[in-house]
Amino acid sequence: MKYMLLMQFSAQNTDFPSIDTWTPEEIKAHIGFMHDTNGKLMAAGEWVDGQGLSGPEQAKIVRAGGGGAAVITEGPFAETKEFLAGYWIVDTDTPERAIELATQISAAPGPGGRPLNMPIEVRPVMSGPPQDV
Amino acid sequence: MNPNRPVEDLLRELAPQVVGVLTRRFGDFTTAEDAVQEALLAAATQWPQEGLPDNPRGWLIQVGYRRMIEHVRGEQARRNREDLAARREPYDQMSAPPADLELTADRDDTLVLLFMCCHPALSPTSAISLTLRAVGGLSTAEIARAFLVPEATMAQRISRAKQRIKSSGVPFSMPDAADRARRLDAVLHVLYLIFNEGHTSSAGPDLRRVELSGEAIRLARALHALLPTDSEVAGLLALMLLTEARSPARTGPGGELISLADQDRGRWDGAAIAEGVALVIAALPRGPVGPYQIQAAIAALHDEAPSAEKTDWPQIRALYQVLERHSANPVVSLNLAVATAMVYGPTAGLEALAALDADPRMAGHHRLYAARAHLYEMAGNLPAAIDNYRAAAGRTTSRPEQHYLTLRAARLTNPLKTNTP
Repeated sequence: MKYMLLMQFSAQNTDFPSIDTWTPEEIKAHIGFMHDTNGKLMAAGEWVDGQGLSGPEQAKIVRAGGGGAAVITEGPFAETKEFLAGYWIVDTDTPERAIELATQISAAPGPGGRPLNMPIEVRPVMSGPPQDV
Repeated sequence: MNPNRPVEDLLRELAPQVVGVLTRRFGDFTTAEDAVQEALLAAATQWPQEGLPDNPRGWLIQVGYRRMIEHVRGEQARRNREDLAARREPYDQMSAPPADLELTADRDDTLVLLFMCCHPALSPTSAISLTLRAVGGLSTAEIARAFLVPEATMAQRISRAKQRIKSSGVPFSMPDAADRARRLDAVLHVLYLIFNEGHTSSAGPDLRRVELSGEAIRLARALHALLPTDSEVAGLLALMLLTEARSPARTGPGGELISLADQDRGRWDGAAIAEGVALVIAALPRGPVGPYQIQAAIAALHDEAPSAEKTDWPQIRALYQVLERHSANPVVSLNLAVATAMVYGPTAGLEALAALDADPRMAGHHRLYAARAHLYEMAGNLPAAIDNYRAAAGRTTSRPEQHYLTLRAARLTNPLKTNTP
């Protein structure tokens, strides 16, 4: 069963300073943790895909408008309180295992090596075979 | 269409035999399986160009044997082999294989491999992957494609599964009678899971080659050929054939699901139905009757009904009662409730479904909502039907099923709009 683990950056639910104020060692430890996590997932045969996303300042919102012309706006905007920071798609034997992986990822180290405890949304990927109804 | 098809089919048939021979000679399943993968790769590239060798099986054994020697020459591998040989020795000395095993040595290797790959220490996912590669002869890339994961992930999954078998210390031999019965359950379960996995309707052209339900049927046939008197093996093969027979009518031109009642029965595969029915009829009186035979008997009743209205629901209901007594499980109870509704009306069915709300395995499950929605629709309670279809749609992880349920709710919400272009 595949699950998508969405790392939600939420200004409301986080209590650590912005990453550009961390020390290089802290940033390195954080990156190293993510690197390790992906390596372990691959070795376990559970890794399907995983990417970090750029910040909202580089995002554009595209919406097809009337007459086929797209409306493109900058943003999410400066006041954005929540955005998607990255995601993993894992293929696990049980839903409990997906929760366990999300828990580990949530505890990625931040300033002073303390766990960030970022909220990770876990959602099943639509892929199950249809049953006879 | 594919000129290499005969070569591929031949390789798949020979792969488990060659793994069996090399494993018996070296006593090391992990390395033998790797060596055979390399031999298969060599054959797949050479044979179509240079023509088939006179003795394809011998060719593969020889190439695999050479690869095996190369692997085994490594210091680490030698130590492992000696270690393993020491552990294996008493088993080999204490028991000679039964006489009938010797006569059909090649074919029994397939069975032994199947039993090994369905090792109880493995998770179902790992057992499926390993079975498809070692017994089904599929490549890692093909299995990865079928399960929509990267090839590296599938390779890791297979190699970990092999390590787990190796570290379990279970020798490469047929399990004894008591263990064999227990392992056969796992083997049947894994084949059943492979079959279900193959039910995905969105199989693109790339997936055709590894059409998993077809592969499951092929393996079940092989198992049935090896154990022709086992009624549950026959029952599982029959269940697969009778279910697969309906697949041409299960989806519409847009990939949308069509419920059993609405399927065009003219598109069902008559030959597969006849074969499945014959298997059930032969297996049932032989006993002991197990869950696969009962499910096959139910599938046979559906397949033989000339129309949805003429389905023998009283008989199906009776079979679900037997199945519930045999192996109590909420999905069986749900099907029994639906059959009850078809015999005694939707109210009786809804009452039977109410009991399932208390079962934590079923409460909140999309199939419970879907069944309830159908019964409310039958009873003419459209608002309740719509609510339950929507609840079911929000809970399924199958996209075709979600579309089916959403469509069903939409039809009841806007009955007049259904047929407008």
